Amino acid sequence: MSSGQIEPDGNPSMFGLVNPDGSVRDRLPITVEDLRGLYADMVEARTFDDKSMAMQRQGRLATYAPFRGQEAAQIGAAAALQDDDWVAGTYRDAALNWRAGYPWRLLVLGRTGDERGGELPNGVNVLPPSITVGGHMIHAVGLAWAEKLQGNSRIALTSFGDGATSEGDFHEAMNFAAVYATPTVFLCQNNGYAISYPTSEQTKSKTIAAKADGYGMPGMRVDGNDVVGVFVAVREAAHRARKGEGPSLIEAVTYRMGPHTTADDPTRYRDEAESRDWEDRDPLLRIRRLLAKAGGWTEEWQEDLETSASQVIEEAVEWAENVPEPTVEQMVDRVFAKRPRSLTQQLNETGDD
Amino acid sequence: MIELNLAQALNGALDTALSSDDRVVLLGEDIGRTGGVFRITDGLRDKYGTDRVIDTPVAESAIVGAAFGMAIAGMRPVAELQFLGFSYPAYDQVINHVARIRNRSNHRFTAPLVIRIPYGGGIGAAEHHSESTEAIYAHIPGIKVVVPSTPRDARGLLLAAIEDPDPVVFLEPIRLYRAIKEDIPEIYRVDIGPVRVERSGDDVTLLSWGAMVKETRQAASVLEEDGISVEVIDIRTLTPLDRDGIVASVEKTGRAVVVHEAPLTGGFAGEIAATIQERCLYCLQAPVQRVTGWDTVFPLKRSEGHYLPSVDQITAAARRTLKE
Repeated sequence: MSSGQIEPDGNPSMFGLVNPDGSVRDRLPITVEDLRGLYADMVEARTFDDKSMAMQRQGRLATYAPFRGQEAAQIGAAAALQDDDWVAGTYRDAALNWRAGYPWRLLVLGRTGDERGGELPNGVNVLPPSITVGGHMIHAVGLAWAEKLQGNSRIALTSFGDGATSEGDFHEAMNFAAVYATPTVFLCQNNGYAISYPTSEQTKSKTIAAKADGYGMPGMRVDGNDVVGVFVAVREAAHRARKGEGPSLIEAVTYRMGPHTTADDPTRYRDEAESRDWEDRDPLLRIRRLLAKAGGWTEEWQEDLETSASQVIEEAVEWAENVPEPTVEQMVDRVFAKRPRSLTQQLNETGDD
Repeated sequence: MIELNLAQALNGALDTALSSDDRVVLLGEDIGRTGGVFRITDGLRDKYGTDRVIDTPVAESAIVGAAFGMAIAGMRPVAELQFLGFSYPAYDQVINHVARIRNRSNHRFTAPLVIRIPYGGGIGAAEHHSESTEAIYAHIPGIKVVVPSTPRDARGLLLAAIEDPDPVVFLEPIRLYRAIKEDIPEIYRVDIGPVRVERSGDDVTLLSWGAMVKETRQAASVLEEDGISVEVIDIRTLTPLDRDGIVASVEKTGRAVVVHEAPLTGGFAGEIAATIQERCLYCLQAPVQRVTGWDTVFPLKRSEGHYLPSVDQITAAARRTLKE
């Protein structure tokens, strides 16, 4: 892997296989059928994202952080993992989490403001999203470390944004992972902005991938809007980790096409021209172009995909909205394994009012 | 039965845990090669190897955050932070993750880890080495805060903490590490929760925890010489707090003095005093007294005597309750 060396034109190098116009740079290491699968996953994820934005506007969801534009980085990464690998991501990683096994219905339930949305099915090793920035990266180090010490082959992937690389926790996590050679994949989705703050001001490092050098681990810069490029990069990092060769850092260069959250107005800090420019680099669009050329995409299939994705998401929403209202006892009883008497007393005293 | 001081009791408890449960690992700064700054883990690296007694880079947040991940993935990590005053870089991990993962995942993921932290003054240490900020940990729902004051409780509570399904912040009184010895049975557990009645009496209840139990015990002896019957309660688990145990004692004596070396304002004595007035105001013969450290920065060596609550202050407070 390269650490984003500087090309003769002065720009850092970036790995990728599928160009925005749908042409390929190299022979793709996956079949058309697999690519159709990744594309279908991205369509389903975008349907969820669109639906969530709409529901938030209707007051049916709490604040929502859309991932539109980042589908390739998230779906590509998750597709490169094994079913029971650990994933520790952020509040913007619903697509990553879903592709790693987190059911839509629980993602919706969580976003309605219900802790029961964090109760994943057994066997799905995805941590419910962390809302503080950066604190979760070290968790993926501990998770991976434990698997290594227990002689298991599971690895851990942590996903975070460009802003999180300025947190001290990024340094501590990267250093620990390298020192103990934990099987951890660090995936930075560099989407250009930490709310309003551009990546160009976030760091004076030429690339985020280059930071890996300082920790003694490989770093790689990949076109984050190329689902195949991300898949290959993460697969290689995961393979290294599973072989006992330690952690890697992958910088997936992408763009947050929507606001930071439903409470944000991106026109305050970036030009619409810039956003429009990125529309042509849409991760779904380029795969559609590629598949169309290869005879793997039709209007009819697209309609089928969208219809079935809408149906799946509608079902998830309906399920989540019909979960009975949480009780005060449930709130009290998820603090500890066994409710302490002090909480029973508080419950009784408050209940008497 | 073996006679041990508090430091030896902790070392023995860690040894027992490491030998009886493969999931137990220790991690922290300098705990391996040197056995820790207070030698609590002395000899354990040689006995169990570097995969189980792990020296770490100097990064408190990572120590606790990694231990948290390990706990979720099925291990029983025991992290050591060198001093309570050095624990704050890890406070984010404790308050935002360690204490919350059970809640965040509705029991699907849990973090049964122990964070051992030496705390408290009285050894003339450098700045940040004498902190007694247990109240800022006791304020966090989702963790248990345990403070032993005797070798027996040190062993029994530490083993219970390691076996506990929930995270425990385990505060160790530095100035009592080698202060007294006690006979300790090898198989010994102390439940996290109940207070310990250190001494039974009828006239006044003195309540304390950790290092200040020593001065509180001495104050009780002084008062007993004057014919005052004193009950001494060692709180030993700050959270979840055994309110019934506190109230039972004060209902009997009608008088209470709470002693801690942390600053007065926002100190845990306030929680105990509030509990007493809520639950047994009409049994009180006198206002609840607090004997605490000052609302100052913990001083350096030459002023330590000004800061730490003394036996005289405790006896004076007890006598005030008896005058009412």
